[in-house]
Amino acid sequence: MPKFEFPTSILSRPVYGVLEARAGHQHLMIADAEGAEAILDIATPDLMAKTHIIYIPKGTDFADELRALNPAQFYQGPSYAASVSRIQRVLQDAAMGLQLYLAGTEGLMGQVQSEAMKAGIPHTAIQTEHRGSTARRMQCVHCKGITEDVATDPFQCSHCNLNLFVRDHYSRRIAAYQAVCIDAEDPGYVPAQKGLYE
Amino acid sequence: MTLQFNDETFRDDYSFHNSERAIKRFPFPFDKDSYMYAVNMEQHRGGPSDSIYEKRFDVDEHYVSEMRDRAMVLADDPLRCQSLPHMTLAGWDLLELIMVSKSEDYPDLFELHRDGDKWHWVNKPLGIDDHFTFMDGTTLPYGPMEYITRQTQGDFCVLDQRDDNLWMDAGTITTQADWSLDFDIGMNFFEWHAPVPLAHEKGIFVRALKFLLNIQQGAPARRLNWTMTVNPLLDTSPENYHKWGIQKTSLTPENIGAKQHLRVELQTFFRLPRSNALVFPIRCYLCAFQDLMTVPKWGRRLHRVIRDLPEELATYKGFIDNRPMMLDYLSKFDDGLPTSNGIWPEIDSEPPLKSD
Ligand code: HEM
Repeated sequence: MPKFEFPTSILSRPVYGVLEARAGHQHLMIADAEGAEAILDIATPDLMAKTHIIYIPKGTDFADELRALNPAQFYQGPSYAASVSRIQRVLQDAAMGLQLYLAGTEGLMGQVQSEAMKAGIPHTAIQTEHRGSTARRMQCVHCKGITEDVATDPFQCSHCNLNLFVRDHYSRRIAAYQAVCIDAEDPGYVPAQKGLYE
Repeated sequence: MTLQFNDETFRDDYSFHNSERAIKRFPFPFDKDSYMYAVNMEQHRGGPSDSIYEKRFDVDEHYVSEMRDRAMVLADDPLRCQSLPHMTLAGWDLLELIMVSKSEDYPDLFELHRDGDKWHWVNKPLGIDDHFTFMDGTTLPYGPMEYITRQTQGDFCVLDQRDDNLWMDAGTITTQADWSLDFDIGMNFFEWHAPVPLAHEKGIFVRALKFLLNIQQGAPARRLNWTMTVNPLLDTSPENYHKWGIQKTSLTPENIGAKQHLRVELQTFFRLPRSNALVFPIRCYLCAFQDLMTVPKWGRRLHRVIRDLPEELATYKGFIDNRPMMLDYLSKFDDGLPTSNGIWPEIDSEPPLKSD
């Protein structure tokens, strides 16, 4: 799958890099869906012997390939929500010098980054690589509810049902982009949905 | 002079109004006939007598009603006031700065009596008379920042300074020009300014941050910023935009003079002593077009500024759709005569409007 190049945007919008193996005794790799491919790209037996992989397939079938890398520890989670307490636990006693690698969707990377920051890991020390879906994790600025995997603009808030447009303004703490009512000045006039980046 | 406090509202029936005194001291933000973003900062060391620059924290006729409006906003949405755990010390710094400033600048309205850490605070306009122990949060009904900002006009951002940047780690924000504290909390200077057009490219934020990082205790700074608001609505928050946005479409050529308000923010910057945090009060002043037009210089100038404002700025500030109607109205107050430099009204020296 070709990598998607995000258009340049405002300064709060995250930018992602390309994972590279760094020196260290302890490596934690957290990925979802096609993020598995970013791990496969840098995996060596030496690195995997020191790596803990936490992986959420999201309907893809990369799990067996990852397991075959023979990492020191491997966990496959059915969803982010189911995995988050495990992720928090692992981040909690991550020793100084832990190398953290995130790959996959923006929603997954953003949420783990936010947990890592709470655990005292500066966000600048975390490697990220976007792979797969370009859908976004959106916060409704009105009701504060989060709608996961938003792929169209506008979209409907999954909590308060307002019709919202997708902004590029991003909060690392909330791990979400901001969504704002689109028909406030013209109630009921909601433009046709388009895919993001179309 | 003794201040008379208006009994007025900033919502529903919008009974907000400016006295003649308030109009004359309104901080008209344009010092010439055009406007573009700039690093427009100066020392905050007083100003002309009775101007909004004179005191460290200006208290005006809207004080009591504004505080009532803030209490309503906070009751509806406690997330408008937040402080990350490491910001409590800065909250005490801010409480001290405001109590000391107000009791010195307005001794007939506010009193502060200190005996060691036993403090006695009297706020006569709001009928508050509290004894508490400085730095002991259990002796106040709210956290220190919330306690004092419920008694002070203007929004407050409290910025932590580290890694050569400022971080929006606390604030009380109920009179904002369409940005969300809850969303922006924890961001740095460049991140929370990300949505602003043109200014990043002009290098304005890099230079502004450098200036702010070097602000010293006892040497505060200030600048003006402005936008447009239909109806004297203080709470133009994104949180409530789905409720107030529709009001922007209620302008007509008949009501625009009364309904359309120029919204000006007096932004000041103070270094705090113990925490080394920076506090950024954003004081909002509203004035209806028809009141502004009583000052001939402002009438001429506002028309020219709004007419020539770059489209990006009119869009960002949210009045691009209403600009044509504003210009129809404002053009009647522009007779083409030259205007004098500076923001002051110059009522005595500026010629009256020439009508044909
Ligand atoms: C540390 C203090 C400051 C804080 C907390 C602050 C905060 C903000 C916020 C929250 C916004 C709204 C952004 C949005 O659209 O979401 C804004 C806008 C803006 N800020 Fe600041 N700011 C600060 C200092 C400055 C300084 C020193 C300048 C100097 C040039 C500046 C220039 C601007 C400009 C030009 C805008 C756009 C305003 C408009 O067009 O209405 N800010 N600021």
